[in-house]
Amino acid sequence: MKELLRRYGLTLTISFIVIVAFWLLVLVILPYIYLFEASFRLYLPIDQVNGPNDVYTLSNYSTFFVTPIHRWVFLLTIVYSSAVAAISFVVAYPLAYYLSKVATNKIVPTLFLIIMIPLWVSEILRSFAWFIILSLKGPLNFALVGLDIIEEPIRWISGFQSVIIGLVYTYVLFMLFPLYNAIQSLDTNQIEAAGDLGAPWWKIHWRVILPHAKPGIASGSVMVFMLSAGSILVPSLLGSTNSRWFTEIIQQWMFESQDWNTGSAYAFLLLLLCTGFVSLVMRLFRVSLSDIAR
Amino acid sequence: MSATVELDRVSADFGSFRAVDKVSVTIGAGEFFSFLGPSGCGKTTILRMVSGFIAPSEGHIRIGGEDMDGIRPNKRPTVLIFQNLALFPLMSVWENVSFSLEMRGVDKAARRARAEELLKIVDLPGAGDKMISQLSGGQKQRVAIARALAVEPKVMLLDEPLSALDLKLRQHMRAELRAIQKRTNVTFIYITHDQGEALAMSDRVAVMSQGRLQQVAKPEDIYNNPSNGFVASFVGENNVFDGRILASQTTSARFETDIGIFEAVLHAPPSSDAKLRLYVRPEHARLVSTAPEAGNAIAVTISDISFEGNFINIHATTDQGRVLTVETRNDGSSDIPETGSRRYFTFDAQRARILADETQAAHS
Repeated sequence: MKELLRRYGLTLTISFIVIVAFWLLVLVILPYIYLFEASFRLYLPIDQVNGPNDVYTLSNYSTFFVTPIHRWVFLLTIVYSSAVAAISFVVAYPLAYYLSKVATNKIVPTLFLIIMIPLWVSEILRSFAWFIILSLKGPLNFALVGLDIIEEPIRWISGFQSVIIGLVYTYVLFMLFPLYNAIQSLDTNQIEAAGDLGAPWWKIHWRVILPHAKPGIASGSVMVFMLSAGSILVPSLLGSTNSRWFTEIIQQWMFESQDWNTGSAYAFLLLLLCTGFVSLVMRLFRVSLSDIAR
Repeated sequence: MSATVELDRVSADFGSFRAVDKVSVTIGAGEFFSFLGPSGCGKTTILRMVSGFIAPSEGHIRIGGEDMDGIRPNKRPTVLIFQNLALFPLMSVWENVSFSLEMRGVDKAARRARAEELLKIVDLPGAGDKMISQLSGGQKQRVAIARALAVEPKVMLLDEPLSALDLKLRQHMRAELRAIQKRTNVTFIYITHDQGEALAMSDRVAVMSQGRLQQVAKPEDIYNNPSNGFVASFVGENNVFDGRILASQTTSARFETDIGIFEAVLHAPPSSDAKLRLYVRPEHARLVSTAPEAGNAIAVTISDISFEGNFINIHATTDQGRVLTVETRNDGSSDIPETGSRRYFTFDAQRARILADETQAAHS
């Protein structure tokens, strides 16, 4: 604080603090508090708001537990988000290993640029692009049929598969970067030592690289899982009639039923239950929060 | 359980840079052999070629008579101890030690038992359940050696493994390494830039510079009979004089320098264009009050005396302003002159050498 004052003077220091405080309070904390408060109140006709019926209750939350279809959708969301995290890991690990231990220093920045460029395009455009790629008469089916890999076009956008593809594509980098950092920090001598001591390549990965990368795997998985479970864009664009995502139910409550109270309750439930799920999995794999923050 | 290691005109190129240049040497089975040289002289590259991490650009490496061309590190009868040891920090000590056995599919109980045996060999009994981070530097060293021994290698390659230790421990580990080598009778190839280490431990030492072997000999020969100026000045200290040969006999010559004419040992007659220098080790020089009749004396003024503990370095300045060094043992046998007093710097002709400059190592 003193350092800040000495460097920037009083006016600038105060402006910094006010701007940050405004951002934190007004743009982050207050909306959450508003939603949190709303989630405990009933959705009432406007003339009854603040009336005798407007009491704090848990009924918005209990709605979730007594609606089997919502519980089912929540379960599927968690299962498929886990699948997205797992697939992202499988996709990102070889690449992260290549970037951190195999590629020469000269080529790595170029490769990172190539990887990053799609990230500059907005998520909605990328999802639409996948919608086109995956459509029944789209380029993917055209190519697969043309190359005689499949005989009949596959209906990609059906069930959860297109959602999973879209989510993996959207969030795979959140797996790649922590993995890259984790593997990067491994002393290359250890890989060589393991090889020198007779380990075949897959055992080097299994016994030396993967254990070292565990915190990276954990933080990448948590990121991808949380982002996927909370994603609304990809599931609604790439979803089909038989794929429901939990966020879509929240959106329904809020925008179709105009019931922001239950919507808020569902949103907090999503946060709570996902956090619970993540901590459970972390305990199962013996990773602590401090490992991830490393 | 040891094997010969034969380097047959081995070279290593990195792009246009030649790190190792046609090195040929045969290392005997059960020998403790050191490559000694400044950093960047190619010694680590040689080690990595023998262990199989890099392939020679030219030449052949044979271990136990068998050509190692195309054989991967994990299939060679060698094991490398890395400079930073490269122990696995997420495994316990015994898991580290028995890692190679695990890779061979040995069952856990047998691995555990063998790890304990090996830990006893390196004088760390009962440390099996500790984690690597709980060990001291010297203990880590021992674990690395035990882990390497578990492979039952025929050749052990050591890349400056003592460089991270403090002086006392380093000296202790020198003796320890030597003892382990004698006990296991494995061929040791040791890489170091520390002449003391190389001389103290090795059966033979190869001095390297700029990718080439300068001399391969027993430690005492390296020190007493350096083959050229590089070896003389890299191993030990010297008073060096530029000059030219006036007249030469079979094993000695008269050598003219700008501060006098001296008599010194000269072996192989040098090629005409070689730059010659006269090398006198500080411990072979003496300071006397009267000019000796045999010659080989320079009038000097004592300029500085530095006390080093077991020996004393006396710096003396010639009338031309050159500073010469005389080393004398701190055992009371010689009188230490006062600073500012006049003396003669003198040496025996048999103890001084005329050597070609390190141009032999000059790079194309």
